[in-house]
Amino acid sequence: MKSKISITNLSKSYGDVQALKGINLDIEHGELFGLIGPDGAGKTSLFRLLATLLLPDSGSATLCGFDMVKEYKHIRNLLGYMPGKFSLYQDLSVLENFNFFATVFNTKIEDNMDMIRDIWLQIEPFKHRLAGKLSGGMKQKLALCCALIHQPKILLLDEPTTGVDVVSRNEFWQMLKSLKAKGITIIVATPYMDEANLCERVALMQNGEILSLDTPAGIISGFKKDLYAIQGQDIYQLLLDLRAYPYANSVFPFGQSVHYTDTREDVSLSELKDYLISKGQNKIEIKRITAGIEDCFMALSQQNNVQA
Amino acid sequence: MKRFIGFLKKEFYHIFRDKRSMLILFGMPVVQLLLFGFVITNELKDVKMAVLDHSKDEYTSEIINKIVSSGYFKLVENLDNISQVDETFRKGKTKLVLVFEPDFRKKLVKGPHASVQILTDASDPNIANMEVSYLQGILQNYNVEINRGKQVTNQIIPKTRMYFNSKLESVYMFVPGIMATILMLVSAMMTSISIAREKEMGTMEILLVSPLRPLQIILGKVTPYLILSFINTLVIIGMGYFVFGVPVLGSFVLLMAESVLFILLALSLGIFISTISNSQQVAMMLSMFALMLPTILLSGFIFPLRNMPLPLQIFSNIIPPRWFIIIIKNIMLKGTGFEFIWKETLILIGMTAGLIGLSVRKFKIRLE
Amino acid sequence: MNTDKKVISVRNLYKRFGSFTANDDLSFDVYKGEIFGFLGANGAGKTTAMKILCGLSYPTSGEIMVAGLDVYKQREELKKNIGYMSQKFSLYEDLTVFENIRFYAGIYGMSSKEIKTKADELLQKLGLVHARNKRIGELPLGWKQKLAFSVAIFHNPGIVFLDEPTGGVDPVTRRQFWDLIYEASRAGITVFVTTHYMDEAEYCDRISIMVDGRIEALDTPEALKKHFKAKDMDEVFLQLARKSNYQE
Repeated sequence: MKSKISITNLSKSYGDVQALKGINLDIEHGELFGLIGPDGAGKTSLFRLLATLLLPDSGSATLCGFDMVKEYKHIRNLLGYMPGKFSLYQDLSVLENFNFFATVFNTKIEDNMDMIRDIWLQIEPFKHRLAGKLSGGMKQKLALCCALIHQPKILLLDEPTTGVDVVSRNEFWQMLKSLKAKGITIIVATPYMDEANLCERVALMQNGEILSLDTPAGIISGFKKDLYAIQGQDIYQLLLDLRAYPYANSVFPFGQSVHYTDTREDVSLSELKDYLISKGQNKIEIKRITAGIEDCFMALSQQNNVQA
Repeated sequence: MKRFIGFLKKEFYHIFRDKRSMLILFGMPVVQLLLFGFVITNELKDVKMAVLDHSKDEYTSEIINKIVSSGYFKLVENLDNISQVDETFRKGKTKLVLVFEPDFRKKLVKGPHASVQILTDASDPNIANMEVSYLQGILQNYNVEINRGKQVTNQIIPKTRMYFNSKLESVYMFVPGIMATILMLVSAMMTSISIAREKEMGTMEILLVSPLRPLQIILGKVTPYLILSFINTLVIIGMGYFVFGVPVLGSFVLLMAESVLFILLALSLGIFISTISNSQQVAMMLSMFALMLPTILLSGFIFPLRNMPLPLQIFSNIIPPRWFIIIIKNIMLKGTGFEFIWKETLILIGMTAGLIGLSVRKFKIRLE
Repeated sequence: MNTDKKVISVRNLYKRFGSFTANDDLSFDVYKGEIFGFLGANGAGKTTAMKILCGLSYPTSGEIMVAGLDVYKQREELKKNIGYMSQKFSLYEDLTVFENIRFYAGIYGMSSKEIKTKADELLQKLGLVHARNKRIGELPLGWKQKLAFSVAIFHNPGIVFLDEPTGGVDPVTRRQFWDLIYEASRAGITVFVTTHYMDEAEYCDRISIMVDGRIEALDTPEALKKHFKAKDMDEVFLQLARKSNYQE
């Protein structure tokens, strides 16, 4: 069975708030797909719709060929879902949680070991610990295990790495890659822009809309302007001065440097440098860089605001 | 079936690991029963009494002796004139003053009659009433005694006997009431809280997305509490019987069957509450105000229904414990069979069916 | 960091809970106007240390001066000199923007007149004049956070403590937020940021990284990256964390 997901013109509102505004999206069998966007972008709403937990206002979607609304019972058998909040029983031990979800899906842990062995090995040493007492990374691994227990065709992971430290985040993505290799279609939502590069394709989302849908490389190549990283001694003053520069297009701080684009086709870097020096800046360094996903996201979201 | 057992196991883990639930489940019934049984009693004992005797003859002293030896009253003060009455009440020294008129003996012997006056501190009206009637009873007895053998015409002498609770033990009243309260609390409040907790923690999302059907989820949540409530019923009846001597005159099987019916009713109420509340706190508040207070106040458990204003009497009809209490009183204290309680039973069955239907329909297969 | 005045000075701070050592011999200084990043994985001891610096909890031992005040003896004085903002608790959702400002400023004993003028200035600056009488709950997350920060420094504290201030916010809003932090720092307010978001760390002047209750590294982001031969802070953190038995 091909575990393809097709979403057509999906909309959802809560009262006055439009959480999703006509989403169109196709996700292929076996794809590792990322939904990238800040809180309130509509990621969770989209997940809950796909998980058949919500009904859409309009539009439709099919998962593995089943209609989201009419054939929700079939979908529930095929789906592994990990909500954004840690949703296992905190007062049950790791093993008890695991056994419970196995019986819910009418299966046994042993029958599914192939699928989860790598992850299970990592949490097995703590199998008698209460789930509530695990560290953040461990909780996520356990939740992933429980979501996989019935060998789902599609895996929906809502912000599995939020609030988890870097080490655990890395391990988590490693696991997703090996799951993908087993042919599961995976959709991951994340607010971390840098995690986009770990997905095959991503949708950048904001305010219930998809800003851009492409491979990470495709999204980056869509950034048409020349991007410069400018460093100086006083970042804040540098920001203010650059914003005052008449040809400035976008000026964003990025850690210890400022990312800058110009309104002109040909940028005279020496002229820019002279301007900054005239403002009293020193130790100016200007480098041309390739844009990251975050640069793209900001450019797209500003474009979008202008259009709107 | 395996799914169901797995679900039950999980529920029991939750219950046994939560100290609060354990306390409510097993501590509450015992504590409530003991409290109501021992502390709150409707009987009089050693009521402080003062006497203002203007006559001071052998008859008055005999009457006083009789009163004091009954055990209900205790003589704490002898007053000299009527002006002291007010003060002694105010100081709280006595609750009751007995006044004999001057020449009591002479009037009693020669006729037509002698008078005593009973003054009570009625700041607690129920107790004042009781004191007066106890005292009247004693005086009445004395009357009969001194007139024995005399030819008295046209006199009615009432002889009373208290049926079903001949010693007027208040615990007879409370056992059925506590049973209703506890079963309501355990079944309805605990189930509604435990379902609401799944919603609050987000685990309900996962259960809904799983292939479990709503009915399976409901049954899984409800069965443990059905079992525990049943155990509680046995504990309460057992304690009533062995500690307080409350009898079970009627059929034990019938009593159990009616209890299970009431538990089912309470459970479906609990599910209904959980379908309209999204957090444990809301579920708790709803159970408290919608279930506990009416159960205690409007079921006839503590306050007699017939003394209530008409609107409240009408309202009490929709309160399930009201009917349940009638049923168990009938079975336990009167020993009546099903033929006398089928109406009440039918009402409970109707309510249960309605609630189950309503909550299964309201229980959502989705999040909103 | 124009003046080298120490605003926070910590020497040999220990905090133990029973046999567990949450803070193990911490020593560091933070200077006036500095943006100081306090990093670590969940459970590394960041929150414990920050609570001590805010005067909310006593250390087991150590010498700690914050804003020139002793955290043992001058706690009440200390609380007047610091501001605090966390990601979770910031403003009352059911109060309006102005009511929130008035409430917090009132706690610090500012006069009504002063509050009014300063609040108007602030709303002007944030471009929120039209939202003055709107409930906080109606505002977008980004605005709430900017406002929460502004309220935290409304009484002009010497130091402001920020607990994971920009998690989940969109990148543009996050940068607007950092603008405010830069501005505060320039005005001489020391900014102490605890976070486990490494990209937040890159904005700080200096950062310390805690692992298992100890400070394992403390320097500018630039120097740390150089020292660990890493391309970003994530990598620095990974290298440090691998050394630890962080998992349990």
